[in-house]
Amino acid sequence: MNAKAELSWVPVCELDDLLTNVGVCAKVADRQVAIFKIADQGKTTLYAIDNHDPFSKANVLSRGIVGDLKGHNVVASPIYKQHFCLETGKCLEEDTQIPVYKVRENAGKVEVFLG
Amino acid sequence: MSKQKLVVIGNGMVGQKFLEQFAAKEQASNFQITTFCEEPRAAYDRVHLSEYFSGKTAEDLSLVAEGFFETSQVDIRLGDKAVAIDRNNKEVKSAKGDLIPYDKLVLATGSYPFVPPIPGKDRPECLVYRTIEDLEAIKATAAKSRVGVVVGGGLLGLEAAKALKDLGLETHVVEFAPRLMAVQIDEGGGKMLRAKIEELGVQVHTGKNTREIVDGDDCTLRMNFADESHLETDLILFSAGIRPQDELARQADLAMGERGGITINNYCQTSDEDIFAIGECALWNNRIFGLVAPGYQMSQVAADAISGEFSSEFLGADMSTKLKLMGVDVASIGDAHGMTKGAQSYIYTDEHNQVYKKIVVSEDGKYLLGAVLVGEAEEYGTLLQMMLNDIELPEFPDTLILPQRGDSAAPAMGVDKLPDSAQICSCNNVSKGDLCCAVQGGITELGELKSTTKAATSCGGCSALVGQVLNAELEKLGIEVKKDLCEHFPYSRQELYHLVRVDGIRSFEELISKHGKGKGCDICKPTTASILASCWNDHIIEPALAGLQDTNDYFMANMQKDGTYSVVPRVPGGEITPDGLIAIGEIGKKYNLYTKITGGQRIDLFGAQSHELPLIWKELIDAGFESGHAYGKSMRTVKSCVGSTWCRYGVQDSVGMAILVEQRYRGIRSPHKVKLAVSGCTRECAEAQSKDIGVIATEKGWNLYLCGNGGMKPRHADLFASDLDDETLLKYIDRFFMFYIKTADRLQRTSVWMDNLEGGLDYLRDVVINDSLGIAAELEAQMNHLVDTYQCEWKTTIEDPEKMKRFRHFVNSDEKDSNVVFVKERGQIRPARDDEKRIETVAV
Ligand code: SRM
Ligand SMILES: Cc1cc2nc3c(=O)[nH]c(=O)nc-3n(C[C@H](O)[C@H](O)[C@H](O)COP(=O)(O)OP(=O)(O)OC[C@H]3O[C@@H](n4cnc5c(N)ncnc54)[C@H](O)[C@@H]3O)c2cc1C
Ligand code: SF4
Ligand code: FES
Repeated sequence: MNAKAELSWVPVCELDDLLTNVGVCAKVADRQVAIFKIADQGKTTLYAIDNHDPFSKANVLSRGIVGDLKGHNVVASPIYKQHFCLETGKCLEEDTQIPVYKVRENAGKVEVFLG
Repeated sequence: MSKQKLVVIGNGMVGQKFLEQFAAKEQASNFQITTFCEEPRAAYDRVHLSEYFSGKTAEDLSLVAEGFFETSQVDIRLGDKAVAIDRNNKEVKSAKGDLIPYDKLVLATGSYPFVPPIPGKDRPECLVYRTIEDLEAIKATAAKSRVGVVVGGGLLGLEAAKALKDLGLETHVVEFAPRLMAVQIDEGGGKMLRAKIEELGVQVHTGKNTREIVDGDDCTLRMNFADESHLETDLILFSAGIRPQDELARQADLAMGERGGITINNYCQTSDEDIFAIGECALWNNRIFGLVAPGYQMSQVAADAISGEFSSEFLGADMSTKLKLMGVDVASIGDAHGMTKGAQSYIYTDEHNQVYKKIVVSEDGKYLLGAVLVGEAEEYGTLLQMMLNDIELPEFPDTLILPQRGDSAAPAMGVDKLPDSAQICSCNNVSKGDLCCAVQGGITELGELKSTTKAATSCGGCSALVGQVLNAELEKLGIEVKKDLCEHFPYSRQELYHLVRVDGIRSFEELISKHGKGKGCDICKPTTASILASCWNDHIIEPALAGLQDTNDYFMANMQKDGTYSVVPRVPGGEITPDGLIAIGEIGKKYNLYTKITGGQRIDLFGAQSHELPLIWKELIDAGFESGHAYGKSMRTVKSCVGSTWCRYGVQDSVGMAILVEQRYRGIRSPHKVKLAVSGCTRECAEAQSKDIGVIATEKGWNLYLCGNGGMKPRHADLFASDLDDETLLKYIDRFFMFYIKTADRLQRTSVWMDNLEGGLDYLRDVVINDSLGIAAELEAQMNHLVDTYQCEWKTTIEDPEKMKRFRHFVNSDEKDSNVVFVKERGQIRPARDDEKRIETVAV
């Protein structure tokens, strides 16, 4: 494991590699991180959560459909359709939480901080 | 205590209903039950007998639930006729020579067709129309005939004429009275009916008295009429009325009517209190009831009496009817002829559209006494209830039958005016109270209401009313019938479809900003994607559409439990060359995929990772394949059987038709998946009757079946139209498919959709065949647009480098997902289980 990478912002791709409202998966250290670019009233926000779906145990959350439910920005698992909050990682249907990561845009690049 | 002996003579529609109603009682266990059944098979649906000619089998028509006689412990004497009743010893003698003792006896012997005593009536080409055997005889004789004549222009006669017409005969109807259906409808209605029927190619001869039947010159037979005219024919079908089958009762000296029929009291008891009579053999208040609904009421009354409860009485029945004769709606309610003293009528005639409507009202103009409707009978349910429940007429009663134009809506009767006891469905004896009860019990959908209460499941005449009761009751309960798709759209799928069409909307952003709120979700986004595809057919992973797709549509493959995908190339009609098979085999081998034959006659390749999908598809496309759309809510497969090309029984090229159909509708997205099949003859090896759209070859063309499915709640498809040529078949499928796309709810298969259409199959026929909504041309144009804009989604994708990039698992690395691990089983890969992953048995 690369100890240095864990403590700093890691650039993963160009911002333009992301389509609005469509996720991608990035490999950061030994983690799979699902990254989303969400449009909200003209401005875009980036979110990063773990790609691992605890229900199906498959690495697929980047391939879910994003949207909002009851005021939360969420992604729906493509396998059994549970919703995860993009800000907190909380599952809306069951008492479970997945890791969330810091993500930012820096000079046209998307960067993730595993922390 | 030894059991009492109950014997039922006759296992027809009413006899069987009696057995069911009696078996449902607690007291049934105190009885040992025997039933005589003269016919070679147990009870079947005579009302739908004609469908035997359009493909229904004896089993389809059966009224006996599987295992009924065994579980209810009823001893059925199939093919055994009761020949005498010995009232002193309380025994019934059977044709086979047995003596069956009884404590209680029920006569349900029905009636027989009346054949007027015309010399020559016993010739082998002279037939009747009552049993399955009769129909077989008609079929056999028709096969040798060119011309057919039906004697009798009543309800049954016209139905029989339709059957002869469908069998391909030049058809005539000969009626003694001066007009058709003289009992049920008046002169004006009869005239209109005649015009319509003649237009359909049946020749009608009224006021004809047949004197004799002799050898013919051009045909086998010649009918000589009293007026010196004559008619040549090869087949004569008598349908001149029915007579009660009362021989046994006569011999046993039971009280009888002057013109036949076994006299019964309000408990359906004959003059011998241990003997009951029900159905068409029974005479109540000097009347015979030749319909099934009154028979069912009698059987319930008799069951209540024999169980000792005597809790109900038969007090007569309404003989109003609504039917479709040769596609013409005809209805008769109450006093159709205005015989009541002082009665007045209102008449509306539209010769252009061939519609005739009459209502008969009481002297004071307050109440409806009767009605006749020909050519259009939508008002039937409302008018019938107004008459039965003495609902006061609106100020201008004629508005009830005048056409509604512009905003002049017909005055609604308002179902809330009906008492709870009002019988809404007479076929299945369902009252308004029964329906309300079911709704209070939690039912909110028409389809569900129908299946729970059985209302509107027989003739369908009541379905509009059932729908109205449902809505009124829901409203009363304060249940808002919420059709909202999700929290983002206050609209149903159908409404959204309409908005997209009308406003020409091409993106989700535009739709949600105009008609919704928030950002959307995994319900409304795929629904919108499907609607946009059904309207405009743009490539589904265009940047503006990509984020709306379920992962299956986005990757154009089906995601499996471990996050890998399966690949299904289209194999139209299930026909594939050896080279095609080899190509798929080699690609499967090269990418180490698990292969399996699907239930849809094609091959599925499992275990592909997302980055491999474009590579696999490039090779498949080079080998001549295209996407099979196994991933979309879309047209899936068209199954076929081998058909006339090879099969010794095939009558049409079913494979050719299946391929034609699959190529026409490939890729079309719809509210749910749509499956098709084409069989080459009635043996039905392609199982077309279990498909949304099923096609079965006939000698003359194709029969079209609609709205079947397998899956969780299997349903056989309904016969929709017969003997279609290729062009008409495709035209009907176009219209049907597009109408479904436009109006169904999200994830609603065709069967559920149809069950929820007010008016059901008949309504669908009206829309598709008769173009009653005037949208057929539009439906066809919209379908043609979809057919013309078809593209293989995979071919377009692999030609676009921007799209190709999206299939990598990692945006920042070419590595694979290390969590995907396979092991071997039966010579192929499968996803490793958790415990196997831990041991790291990497087989790839
Ligand atoms: C592959 C296949 C099973 C097989 O190995 O044979 C299959 C596989 C799946 N079926 Fe199926 N069905 C397959 C034929 C059928 C059939 C048989 C047929 O078509 O003749 C039926 C019953 C007939 C019918 O649909 O009326 C069938 C009834 C269902 C249903 C229940 C639908 C219903 O209305 O009750 C579902 C669930 C759903 O769609 O909501 C379903 C859903 C699925 C899904 C999509 C489940 C899922 O979400 O993962 C499976 C996708 C697997 C994949 O990756 O391809 N599958 N499925 C068959 C593919 C046929 C093809 O060539 O396209
Ligand atoms: C083509 C056709 C279309 C029709 N359409 C309609 C319609 O649209 N709506 C409607 O309401 N009604 C319709 N009817 C009428 C309806 O079928 C009858 O009202 C109903 O079948 C009467 O039932 P039942 O049990 O009294 O008589 P049946 O159904 O005739 O049953 C009597 C049975 O008793 C048997 N039997 C008689 N004597 C003996 C004996 N001695 N021993 C043993 N068995 C015996 C007979 O073989 C027969 O199987 C139609 C009838 C026909 C023929
Ligand atoms: S039956 Fe169930 S498990 Fe089998 S393929 Fe169909 S959906 Fe999958
Ligand atoms: S009245 Fe015939 S189905 Fe209801």
